[in-house]
Amino acid sequence: MTIFKTAIGRRSFLKATATAGGLSLGFNLLAAPHTLAADAKEAPSEWFELNAILSIHPSGDIEVNVANPDFGQNLMTSFPMIAAEEMDANWEDIRAVQAPYNAKKFGMQISGGSWSVMNNWGGLRMAGATARQMMRTAAANAWGVPVDEIHTENSMLSHASGKRASYGEMAAAAAMLPLPKEATLKDKADFNIVGTSRKNLVGPSIVKGDAMFGIDVRQEGMLRATVLHAPAFGMTIDSYDASDAKKMPGIHDIFTIKLFPDDFVRGFSDVAAFREVIAIVGDTTWHVLKAKKAIMVTWKLQESYSYQSADFFGNKSTVTVPKQVESTTDHNKAMQALIDGDMEQKRLDGDPSTAFANAAKVVERTYSAPFLAHNPMEPLNFFADVGKESAKLIGPHQGPVLAHNTVAAHLGMDPSKVEIVMTRMGGGFGRRLYLHFATEVALISQHVQRPVHLTYDREEDMTVGVYRPSYLIKLRAALDANNQLIGYHVRSAGVPEPCSFPNRFPAGAVDNFLWEEGSVASNITVGAFRAPNSNFMATAEQCFLDEVAETAGADPIEFRLQLLERAANNPVGEKNDYDANRYAGVLKLARDKVNWNARGDRAMGVAAYFCHNSYCCNIVEVDMANGEPTVVNVTSALDCGIVVNRDGAINMAEGGIVDGIGNAMYGELTFVEGVPQKRNLDNYRIIRMLEAPNNIDVHFVESQIDPTGLGEPPMPPAMPALANAIYSASGKRLYDQPFIKALKG
Amino acid sequence: MAKYTLNINQQAVTVDVDPDTPMLWVLRDSLDMVGTKFGCGAGACGACTVHINGAAVRSCQLPVSAVGEASVITIEGLAYDAGRMHAVQEAWLEHDVAQCGYCQPGQMMSAAALLAQIPDPSDADIDQFMSGNICRCGTYTRIRAAIKSAAQKA
Repeated sequence: MTIFKTAIGRRSFLKATATAGGLSLGFNLLAAPHTLAADAKEAPSEWFELNAILSIHPSGDIEVNVANPDFGQNLMTSFPMIAAEEMDANWEDIRAVQAPYNAKKFGMQISGGSWSVMNNWGGLRMAGATARQMMRTAAANAWGVPVDEIHTENSMLSHASGKRASYGEMAAAAAMLPLPKEATLKDKADFNIVGTSRKNLVGPSIVKGDAMFGIDVRQEGMLRATVLHAPAFGMTIDSYDASDAKKMPGIHDIFTIKLFPDDFVRGFSDVAAFREVIAIVGDTTWHVLKAKKAIMVTWKLQESYSYQSADFFGNKSTVTVPKQVESTTDHNKAMQALIDGDMEQKRLDGDPSTAFANAAKVVERTYSAPFLAHNPMEPLNFFADVGKESAKLIGPHQGPVLAHNTVAAHLGMDPSKVEIVMTRMGGGFGRRLYLHFATEVALISQHVQRPVHLTYDREEDMTVGVYRPSYLIKLRAALDANNQLIGYHVRSAGVPEPCSFPNRFPAGAVDNFLWEEGSVASNITVGAFRAPNSNFMATAEQCFLDEVAETAGADPIEFRLQLLERAANNPVGEKNDYDANRYAGVLKLARDKVNWNARGDRAMGVAAYFCHNSYCCNIVEVDMANGEPTVVNVTSALDCGIVVNRDGAINMAEGGIVDGIGNAMYGELTFVEGVPQKRNLDNYRIIRMLEAPNNIDVHFVESQIDPTGLGEPPMPPAMPALANAIYSASGKRLYDQPFIKALKG
Repeated sequence: MAKYTLNINQQAVTVDVDPDTPMLWVLRDSLDMVGTKFGCGAGACGACTVHINGAAVRSCQLPVSAVGEASVITIEGLAYDAGRMHAVQEAWLEHDVAQCGYCQPGQMMSAAALLAQIPDPSDADIDQFMSGNICRCGTYTRIRAAIKSAAQKA
């Protein structure tokens, strides 16, 4: 039992939660109650808002405001579960709604980094507990009994005297009460909603095909738009002739819009390679897509330019975009030159040079991966209705705060005049953190003075940039005569950024450790892609450790466990990012679930990784036929602290594993003179049903630790586990993604 | 522009559109029936799958002028036994298949067409038939399980 204060100083309830990224997020449980008490006649006749999260209807319906946008991680169910748990609500009474964008009430409202449940856990619990306390107080007042004697269960209040009332019946009275000074959180052992499986509350709408995505937004008088950007990174518009296109039926206007004026300081979300695009506006999507093809454009090289950029934490830097068109062959040569030349040292333990010089065996391997396009199934799109004084934007995005200031600045409006509404997203995977398309539609709407819905076609979506970076990583390991790992050396290169995790495993487990890295400047834009950079570091590291274990004559799981034991008992260095015991825990759980030591001739591969505050071990089993793997089974062990919605969590882990296998096998975007070599899903391969695992078993480490990340951690170790399984089946080691190329040529 | 009277979800509907307009955009833009989704416009992802005379068809590749009097069924009309969802929809809920949900109308339309052809499909039948529908969230194992459940219900 935890008693907490609902106020800090004079301010109402504000719970700040520190996170890995140093961000804080809180719920400010304002005060509908105070407002109501001041003028009771203004009380809402239907919904009684007990705090920013919860409202109760006299019928007993309980509405839970879900602060963050949902792109399939099922916050619309897990957030209400947490609040309902502390409230002692009957789950059948719960209605989930997407909260409005309101930083004062809901904090950051970003879905990304696997933060959502982790960061909202405390606030949702307190919101539920506070509401429960208010219900009990209202009942105690009504019945003239001490509040401590009021029992709650399944949305019902009761007293030993036999008095009973539902939450709905007591909602109006509770809403009149001042916020309680303190309330009590449940013991975790008493949870009866958190940790169970509850069906997705949005499921019925999904199966009926209800309108709920950004692309489904419809408003009276709305026009439709699409955009055309340069076909190559490093190119821009020289001139264009839209005279024929403008005469086509259903076309209203064709014009250019420009993003990011010269003095504009770009924020985290303002990643865009193409600052000037042609906008095509018409009656229907088909009209504008057809007209786009009739525009004659002459493109030219984009002159080099610089801009000011402020990162997530406000640190400013100057970015210079080179005047060039780039090809994948150039990238690969430049990364190889980096690996062979000087790099920046990020961590040094012991004396790696001597360790390698004295080694009995040295293993040295190089791993590579291409750019990846996110390809969320719902193409990039957004709605805007821009008036003279104010603007309303609606669309699928991972956090309204990411676009708010940028859109307002481009419209010349105070941010308070710009409303941004969150819709459900048809996938995100990081892509909808970068919201140039919201600014674009705002400018288009302002230009035509009508509400406009902007939709990218798939070609535009896939070729506009913000990709997973391209990587080259060289790894070296030194083994002594007893096959002990005595030296480990990472040289990590990337276009335009490397994987940079110098304090992750096996750092801390090896006496002599060196991490070096470097980057190749590029005008190809990149951004977060599910488990950013972890999604390839895991492949390089875990494929490499498999080979090192083999060279050492050790079982691959035992080899890892011995290193983790060292890191737990006698760590090297002080800055190690992981908990070695939890890391070992998932390896052991997966090992036991799959009966690893009795696997016999079954072709299995193992990998474990830590990212986004959680631990995951995947064991993949394959059959090979015609040089291609069939994934027979995946056994996954996860330690993400307390699991909120068990079946929802399993679904997300399954998806992460399929995503990892798919991108490792097939994902690839290459460039020739700045031109992306794939433009649509007919040749950009995304994993399909035929290639998906036959079976996936997901297991969780039982834990009382508050929830940590889940959307991202299962994905990175799926890639190397697959590669290691393919080696087990075929004797072929894989070093370069996509694996299908190495397997089929 | 030309007028077409279409048979959509067992109702006659008249639209005034260009003859080359894909059924996808007739549904989404002219009729505001947004359950049928735009994914690629190239017939490569299956998000826009509808039934034409009972067969699964990518509506982004089907010009309105080619539809004629054929029966068009969309996700909004899949539950045509009034008041009750299609077995596929029930199975999708039972297995809580969806993550983001965007591709799922197309997945369910394909699955329903599969079951109409092969009432008790094998894994190989399912994999073959359903591989035209991409789920970027990776819910394939649940889709397989849901199709098998739906086969039992039907």
